[in-house]
Amino acid sequence: MSALDLTRLTAAQLSELLSSRTVSAREVAQAHLDRIAEVDERIHAFLHVDTDGALAAAGAVDEARAAGDRLGPLAGVPLALKDVLTMRDVPTTCGSRILEGWRPPYDATVTRRLREAGIVILGKTNMDEFAMGSSTEHSAYGPTRNPWDTERIPGGSGGGSAAAVAAFEAPLAIGTDTGGSIRQPAAVTGTVGVKPTYGAVSRYGLVALASSLDQAGPCSRTVLDAALLHEVIAGYDPMDSTSLAEPVPGVVASARRADVAGMRIGLVTELGGEGYQAGVRQRFAEAVKILEGLGAEVVEVSCPSFEYALAAYYLILPSEASSNLAKFDGIRYGLRVGDDGTRSVEEVMRLTREAGFGAEVKRRIMLGTYALSSGYYDAYYGSAQKVRTLIQRDFAAAFAQADVLISPTAPTTAFRLGEKLDDPLAMYLNDVATIPVNLAGNAAMSLPVGLAPEDGLPVGLQIIAPAMADDRLYRVGAALEQALFDRWGGLLIEEVPAR
Amino acid sequence: MSHATTQVMGFEAALERFDPVLGLEVHVELSTATKMFCGCSTEFGAEPNTQVCPVCLGLPGALPALNRAGVEAAMRIGLALNCEVAQWCRFARKNYFYPDMPKNFQTSQYDEPICFDGWVDVDYDTPEGRRTFRVGIERAHMEEDTGKNLHMGGATGRIHGADYSLVDYNRAGIPLIEIVTKPIEGAGRYAPEVARAYVSALRDLLRALDVSDVRMEQGSLRCDVNVSLRPSPEAPFGTRSETKNVNSLRSVERSVRYEIGRQAGILADGGRVHQETRHWHEDTGLTTPGRSKEEAEDYRYFPEPDLVPIAPSREWVEALRATLPENPAVRRTRLAEAWGISDREMAAVVNAGALDLVEATIAAGAGQSAARKWWTGELARVANERGVELADLRITPAQVAEVEALVKSGTLNDKLARQAIEGVLSGEGTPAEVVAARGLAIVSDDGPLLAAVDEALAAQPDVAEKIRGGKVQAAGAVVGAVMKATRGQADAARVRALIFERLGVDG
Repeated sequence: MSALDLTRLTAAQLSELLSSRTVSAREVAQAHLDRIAEVDERIHAFLHVDTDGALAAAGAVDEARAAGDRLGPLAGVPLALKDVLTMRDVPTTCGSRILEGWRPPYDATVTRRLREAGIVILGKTNMDEFAMGSSTEHSAYGPTRNPWDTERIPGGSGGGSAAAVAAFEAPLAIGTDTGGSIRQPAAVTGTVGVKPTYGAVSRYGLVALASSLDQAGPCSRTVLDAALLHEVIAGYDPMDSTSLAEPVPGVVASARRADVAGMRIGLVTELGGEGYQAGVRQRFAEAVKILEGLGAEVVEVSCPSFEYALAAYYLILPSEASSNLAKFDGIRYGLRVGDDGTRSVEEVMRLTREAGFGAEVKRRIMLGTYALSSGYYDAYYGSAQKVRTLIQRDFAAAFAQADVLISPTAPTTAFRLGEKLDDPLAMYLNDVATIPVNLAGNAAMSLPVGLAPEDGLPVGLQIIAPAMADDRLYRVGAALEQALFDRWGGLLIEEVPAR
Repeated sequence: MSHATTQVMGFEAALERFDPVLGLEVHVELSTATKMFCGCSTEFGAEPNTQVCPVCLGLPGALPALNRAGVEAAMRIGLALNCEVAQWCRFARKNYFYPDMPKNFQTSQYDEPICFDGWVDVDYDTPEGRRTFRVGIERAHMEEDTGKNLHMGGATGRIHGADYSLVDYNRAGIPLIEIVTKPIEGAGRYAPEVARAYVSALRDLLRALDVSDVRMEQGSLRCDVNVSLRPSPEAPFGTRSETKNVNSLRSVERSVRYEIGRQAGILADGGRVHQETRHWHEDTGLTTPGRSKEEAEDYRYFPEPDLVPIAPSREWVEALRATLPENPAVRRTRLAEAWGISDREMAAVVNAGALDLVEATIAAGAGQSAARKWWTGELARVANERGVELADLRITPAQVAEVEALVKSGTLNDKLARQAIEGVLSGEGTPAEVVAARGLAIVSDDGPLLAAVDEALAAQPDVAEKIRGGKVQAAGAVVGAVMKATRGQADAARVRALIFERLGVDG
């Protein structure tokens, strides 16, 4: 097997080799752990590598397979888990100092489903602190670097998960997407990322940023791999009141179908014009032509309320976050500062939060606290909720004309580390095309459509489907991906320079 | 504390100058088996922090899942209080930092309570007789309880001066229903009695609904009393104080009385009542200031995004309405009439906690007087002695009725009946089994009785002589001896007759 680098394979390919017992889960896990040891010092995708746990889980899969147990398709395939999901007895920091040293006593529902599917969890990936950011530079543990150019950001907040997949440290990863934190990192790292319909994947054990927007989803190098992982993590969970009871649409079947003939695809006029990098627009336009060539009917749709999406988002998100993050006070777990016997509990809480939270987290807690204050609630939080309703109506009207909508995922390719760190508004604008989807609760995918000619960096295309029609993402995404692979003669990600 | 030296005004004087307005907020801990948002037990008195999980500890990532039984209890309470049930409502987060709050917000309801706009009639006694007052209900909403802080060391057990504090989260997440009255106006001098009568009626109602233990001393029913004064019933409301820690019916009445006097003293002195939380002290009968609410706290309420809205269907509401018990006050009046007893006699039954038991005993065939006598007399005495509730005694209303039937048929006398009851309570079986096993039936067969009478007369020849001489009342001593010899099983009247017959005198 020396000729075969197991880390270069997709999850679907690994699945075949594992089920035919050509390779063992332990071999696959070890190959990825070796790869992490080799490259992660430069990439810094991982905050914690669970070497012993991963090898033990892989060993258990091998034993079960040897015993003739029926295993799921991804049993023995390794995965990187975003550090915002709890994993029993394994450190969970959310990229924050305030949770340093905390080992959760329970598994998130997503984590439990991964384990039950025999997926081998390699470790926890880096992220912007409490998922607040678009570059992973807001991690308290240092930034993650983009495997395409280590002087550039890997996107955020889930830069660690996307970079781990792009750098071949893991074939699969779990991200979470509140305003684009799966899709924008996928776009700038040349990988695939899916934000499922709100409620499709349980949020139990996902440390909340904004409860009404957060959704966990798959990160991978191919559309089919994302579908395989999507089927593992999606489904009703009584532990999450907002979890959907409807059956999960057949995403794997749709990815295999890979056919857009006769589908109506809507171009959102408000997403993709001014402010979008030339190379991004060019690759996007080429992809539209390819879809037309595959037999899709492309129509233009207008969503006028999207103009207010960013403003509404930056009221709703901080409001919910200010409340969700109140529990981090040093009383029950994590960091505690100033408890020297002379200070009151209020002082210890204040000192702990002052030392434990980074600048961006404090900025959003203050924004949210202000927006919810009596006397300001109606003007800020109330108005933002009205905008949310308008955006949902825009989507409903657009989906009356089209089966799916498409846009560039992000306005630009990966920017340089530090470039937007002191300009929060410029940073927030990265998510202008992804945020409306979270506000409406729809499903969306980002997949790579080429490298921008001017900088040689990946460009992502976003596909948006109505709620509970996640299967359409995979049908369209897989068809486009196949056409692109044919054009490129393989996966775009194969060209990633990081070694 | 500018009015610390102001005298508390006498109640009568206060009422001459001011009109009191009350508002009561009652928190009821539901007796659901599990907490409001997780599967942890709600059992009272467990070791600290043993009934907790990621959800009620508010651990990062944990989410609430709504307890249907808690929602149903809330709706039943609302329906019993003649409230509307919301067609659609949500939970809201009440944000504030406190160590006994695992999430630093309380999941509660704010502007969308599940029940609103109701009323309840309460009876209270005056020197002129019993009166009824209609108390308006503003709302009844669902929320979760907090944990409990325990301040260790120091002299007072309070936060100031404590060496350190511990938090017990067993109580965190236990379902609470907060019931808020509309302003209670027009009660005048009877404001303290009306307040007490309201809490008492609410307690009866909640007990009848079987939704809570309603034990004020254990904190499963907690009362906050708002009091304000105004110069006349036409004037706008005055500034209110909110008295907490009012943990008995008597305290409800006393604290209202005290607050009326305290505020009247301040106002008469030209002062201003502070809007504040005050603590009631049962021992001294005083309230002292707590947290000041002069700067209104901003709880930054917003709809709880982790819970979907509740939209009870009309069918669900009507199905719950059909489970409502009869209003306790209405029931008491109905039963008192049916049994032909006075208000005072009914009060004795209710106060003994015996109403259900007496009713069931009568239904099983006993007379109302006998049923009341057993439950409020002998059985209440035993329950009191054992420190248990009447209903927890190991005897059923049907068994009490059976004993009473044996008395009526002449098989048992009063003393034997008490022995039969004692046997049942000790687990010796049914009344019939106890009577048989202990051989308790009255002996009315003349044979053995005559022998006992002869023996007793022989043992007390001087008494026998007196009876012969016409002192019939002296027979009591002989009857006593016979009863003793037969271990109480003789029919006393028959014994007396036999004595006279033996001695040849007319009884």
